[in-house]
Amino acid sequence: MSEYTGVRGTVWFRAFTGQASPMDGDPKSVLTGDAPLGNEHARFLCVVPDLHGRFPCARHGEVGLEEAFTLATRVREVIEQDKNTIKRPIVAIVDVKSQAYGRREETAAIFLAAASAADAYGSARLAGHPVITLVVGHALSGAFLTHGYQANRILAFDDDGVMIHAMHKEAAARVTRRSVDELEKFAKEIAPMSYDIRDYAKLGLLYKLLHVENPEKPSPHEIRSVQAELVGAIADARRSPVHLRNRLESEGAREMRKASILVRTKLEAQWLGK
Amino acid sequence: MSNEGYSASFINRQSFIELDARERAKALFDAGTSRELLGPFDRMESPWLAMQGVTPQEDDGCVVMKGKIAGQAAVIVALEGAFQGGSMGEVSGEKMTATLDLAAADNEKGIRTNAVILLETGGVRLQEANLGLAAIAELMASILALRKHAPVICLTAGTVGCFGGMSLAAGLASYIVMTREARLGMNGPEVIEQENGVEEFDSSDRALIWAIHGGEQRYATGLADALVDDDTPQVADTIRSFVSKGVPLLHRSSQVALYRTRIAKVDTSRQWDPKEFRALWTTNGSNKEKR
Amino acid sequence: MEQIEFNYPAKRRIRKRAHVGVVGSGDLEVLLEPTEGQVARVFIRTSVDGFRDTWKAVLDRFFTKYDGTVRIEINDAGATPGNVQLRLEQAVEVSER
Repeated sequence: MSEYTGVRGTVWFRAFTGQASPMDGDPKSVLTGDAPLGNEHARFLCVVPDLHGRFPCARHGEVGLEEAFTLATRVREVIEQDKNTIKRPIVAIVDVKSQAYGRREETAAIFLAAASAADAYGSARLAGHPVITLVVGHALSGAFLTHGYQANRILAFDDDGVMIHAMHKEAAARVTRRSVDELEKFAKEIAPMSYDIRDYAKLGLLYKLLHVENPEKPSPHEIRSVQAELVGAIADARRSPVHLRNRLESEGAREMRKASILVRTKLEAQWLGK
Repeated sequence: MSNEGYSASFINRQSFIELDARERAKALFDAGTSRELLGPFDRMESPWLAMQGVTPQEDDGCVVMKGKIAGQAAVIVALEGAFQGGSMGEVSGEKMTATLDLAAADNEKGIRTNAVILLETGGVRLQEANLGLAAIAELMASILALRKHAPVICLTAGTVGCFGGMSLAAGLASYIVMTREARLGMNGPEVIEQENGVEEFDSSDRALIWAIHGGEQRYATGLADALVDDDTPQVADTIRSFVSKGVPLLHRSSQVALYRTRIAKVDTSRQWDPKEFRALWTTNGSNKEKR
Repeated sequence: MEQIEFNYPAKRRIRKRAHVGVVGSGDLEVLLEPTEGQVARVFIRTSVDGFRDTWKAVLDRFFTKYDGTVRIEINDAGATPGNVQLRLEQAVEVSER
């Protein structure tokens, strides 16, 4: 139920754009589409599995070199095209297994590829594009930093198949010398470690938690409803500053990130000197 | 005892790697100009560690200092690799991000303020998982905002190196400075071996590790801007020169077309000898400075 | 995690505070601060349980030679008695520079 299946990205990409294909010249693992959203046009991006991809370690929904640079290219395209006009919304649909773990990837500097995609998303946000992330499945670690975490607003489904975390359960269990069950139980008690998306929501980083009966088979009504939420998120983003400091202003942050808020306050007080 | 075979510069070398985070940060400022912010006596420790049986550190493994470098205002944020592997937690993350934000605000007021980040880190601190990961995302956003005004210089000297989510922060930097001992990559050898087997990466093969992640390889393939000896005056000098250089015309992470083309050309049907890459990928991604 | 406290009689006023060490594996950090009253207070937080007697032995020995009225905080991750001794002496040295 909570395993990564790799189908949700395509499902939701098709739901919003009516397509399920990459742009010309792009690898099959990155779907990019421009489609109406509310009364404007948005660019949708999604990383999906490609069993015949060029890189053996990036065929099952991992974000690898090609995925990262394709995302960077397609996001920068929007920035360039909208240079002198209204800044289109950019929607990242996220269901990614992890970053790609491979020798080729490390040699060819996947750290830079990932940074380039994050740079593109972040630069789009700074330029005034509302960048919205919808987590429909898994959003792990380096993959999420690359595709999704630079957004103005993040939405997710309150579903067992949705997971945002820094390390997948098997690896975390191994590192902490526990069974996966023991790890899950232990993690549930410590808010930032929990694998439950409802606990993640308490950290104040999510704009909204949405309910859909079955994220792998949404009804037309549910799709329209989620689209309306995206439109709301876009409007909210447009009303706010373009930096991410507002993540500390949420109700959740005031409750769960008190130390962060205190650090910022004290640093400001000490900045100008004794 | 004879010193035959050892050069004077080697004998007189002052190891930078042997310094802890606080000493490293201090060494890079113009003499007498630095002070620490939110030091240990402010007791901003992690709220999450003691409850898990892990002893916290009062600066949460992150040292923040403000002062001058090459006569210009600068901040240095240094991660302590010996504490929890330099991993990013809620407090250490916010110390970094808030410092860069304050530097950006000063720049906007017309006070040119540079930033140097000393990264000895394995990435997210598992005990703080989602707050560590979120902190890295927010740090990346702050680097992007600051680097328009002033250079953000990343220095990784070893022995921990820079891995995990924090490698993306390095990737966004204006300049990357490394020693030969240092390593930089998204996934360390053990992680790759765990995920995809020993054939993919033999984590006991030290030569392979440095051939792929090491400072010399990164510099030779244009992914680091300077390769320095483990010598404190030389490191400080290099940092000074990048501060003086200012914001680069084009950041490495913005050179998408260049790198995308390079990736499209590689032969993925086999593993590569990292040395092949040196021939394929020289310069044009870096702002090289040779030492 | 264990929290251990010790008090020792003291009389000499100290001027400067000091911080030394890192909470690395087998190491510890020491925060030493001047305080009021004729007493030295030591607060230890350690991730290695069951060594109260060893801590007492090290500190008893340290305070036979040190008489500063201080508050000493120790965050420990499994340091040897030798290392504890070393860090305490370093802290004193820094506070008396």
